Amino acid sequence: MSLLEVKALEVAYGGVPAVSGLSLTVGPGEIVGLIGPNGAGKSTTLHAIMGLVAARGGDVLLDGRPLRGRPPETIARSGIALVPEGRRLFAELTVEENLRLGLAGRPSREGSEEDLAAVAELFPIVDEFRNRHAGALSGGQQQQLAIARALVARPSVLLLDEPSLGLAPTVVDLVFSTLQTVKERGLGILLVEQRAQRTVALADRTHVLAGGALRLTLTPDDAADTERMVAAYLS
Amino acid sequence: MLVASGLGNFARDALDLQVQVDAIGLGAIFALMAVGIGLVFGVMRLVNFAYGQLIMAGAFALAFASERDWPVAAGIALCFAVVLALSLAMERVVFRPLRTQSAAVMLIATFAVSFLLQSIALLWFGPLGKTATSLVELNRPVSVGGVDIRKITIAAIVVAAICLVLLVLLLGRTSIGLHMRAAAIDSSTARLLGVRANMVSVVSVLIAGALAALVAVMLTVQYPTVTPTYGLQETILVLAGVVVGGMTRLVSATLGGFLIGYVSGLLGGALPSSQSQYLPSFLFGLVILVLLLRPDGLFTRSRGLVERV
Repeated sequence: MSLLEVKALEVAYGGVPAVSGLSLTVGPGEIVGLIGPNGAGKSTTLHAIMGLVAARGGDVLLDGRPLRGRPPETIARSGIALVPEGRRLFAELTVEENLRLGLAGRPSREGSEEDLAAVAELFPIVDEFRNRHAGALSGGQQQQLAIARALVARPSVLLLDEPSLGLAPTVVDLVFSTLQTVKERGLGILLVEQRAQRTVALADRTHVLAGGALRLTLTPDDAADTERMVAAYLS
Repeated sequence: MLVASGLGNFARDALDLQVQVDAIGLGAIFALMAVGIGLVFGVMRLVNFAYGQLIMAGAFALAFASERDWPVAAGIALCFAVVLALSLAMERVVFRPLRTQSAAVMLIATFAVSFLLQSIALLWFGPLGKTATSLVELNRPVSVGGVDIRKITIAAIVVAAICLVLLVLLLGRTSIGLHMRAAAIDSSTARLLGVRANMVSVVSVLIAGALAALVAVMLTVQYPTVTPTYGLQETILVLAGVVVGGMTRLVSATLGGFLIGYVSGLLGGALPSSQSQYLPSFLFGLVILVLLLRPDGLFTRSRGLVERV
């Protein structure tokens, strides 16, 4: 059973196709990777799922409920959280205020404090720098806060847009191990990444996108097959 | 010699305690208007030129109640009901559909709303308008430390202080306040997190409307003759004050509003009555000077990321 279902998604910018007939599913406790060269349509797919860009065809379903055409805040409240590229934290607000903004995506406030405590346990920096401005955190700390902010919304599906971008290798390790922990809690994860090999190794399956279309699907067993991955990128 | 003597008299009058207190009272009323204008600008990126017509509508509601000898509380309730209803209508019919349009389009739309409401008031009440007399007894002075202070001046200062404290608490301590601040900084990201853009804009417009109603009550005490252009000059002054203070932050916008009200009160009190017609020229000359020296506003930090609400 899939939580998130993208069916024959079509997105265009000014008549130029960005995503063409893309279909994929994300089930509970699954990580699905989305890799491909720049301009492949990876981020556009996430933006279309969140209602940030209008899809001109296809559908997006969450637990069988159609989401296409709904505004971003409604989609966020229905159980999908996005960790956007570049984090998009509120630099002038404190870490705690950023975290509490994540609560806006919850259907109800019940259990909010418990979830805030749980993410503080998962990301100790959130607790340590609670009263510091988010803009004063390092890149790695900001990324942890962005993921924590998404998790307090208690989503059933988590979308991540290049979470390792610009981070030091040790922080990338932390981010990827956190995703594994989140997956074990039963969330579905759709991960857009440039680090192809790591993504293929982590995800249950990884779709390779090129020119807005799905070209190939890889499994963790393919992570070591460098030739196949290069071929997929160049296809 | 004559100029020096004139300046000396001007300075003496400006420093007079009576003039100072009245100027602070006017500054307090203008600060409330600045909060209303600044709040809507912060959340919706909208310079609401029609803000003065909300005050005008509230003042006409007070005049309506006053003519019919309604109790003061009923008049004030009507004033709030009219202004809040009008604020909601503006938000729903004009501001919300135009939210994604450019700042110029939204500004022109508020001009149109402003002149539409003025025209309706002209047709309805005529050019001479009506008189709101319910609260004129607040014009009577009380003696504080040998200085005669009008009750309305004290009321304006107290009400403005209470409103500002309540607003700070709302923005700093509540979820809706946090959502408003987030929407003011980055509306798109706030919506991605589930912040309801419509709810945030309705709340900010309602708060601004409630402040406009309060201002209408306080202004009618001092200027009971309500005409279709009522509140217009004050709104233009406050808009200038908000820009002078710095539009990018609510605090700086509020300080700007207070400052222009205070300076206006000071000049009004110190200028000889034969020269009072020069007051707007003095004020707007000062505005131009300040903007030339501090284009980002008197009370803003350097350019960069700032909290707008």
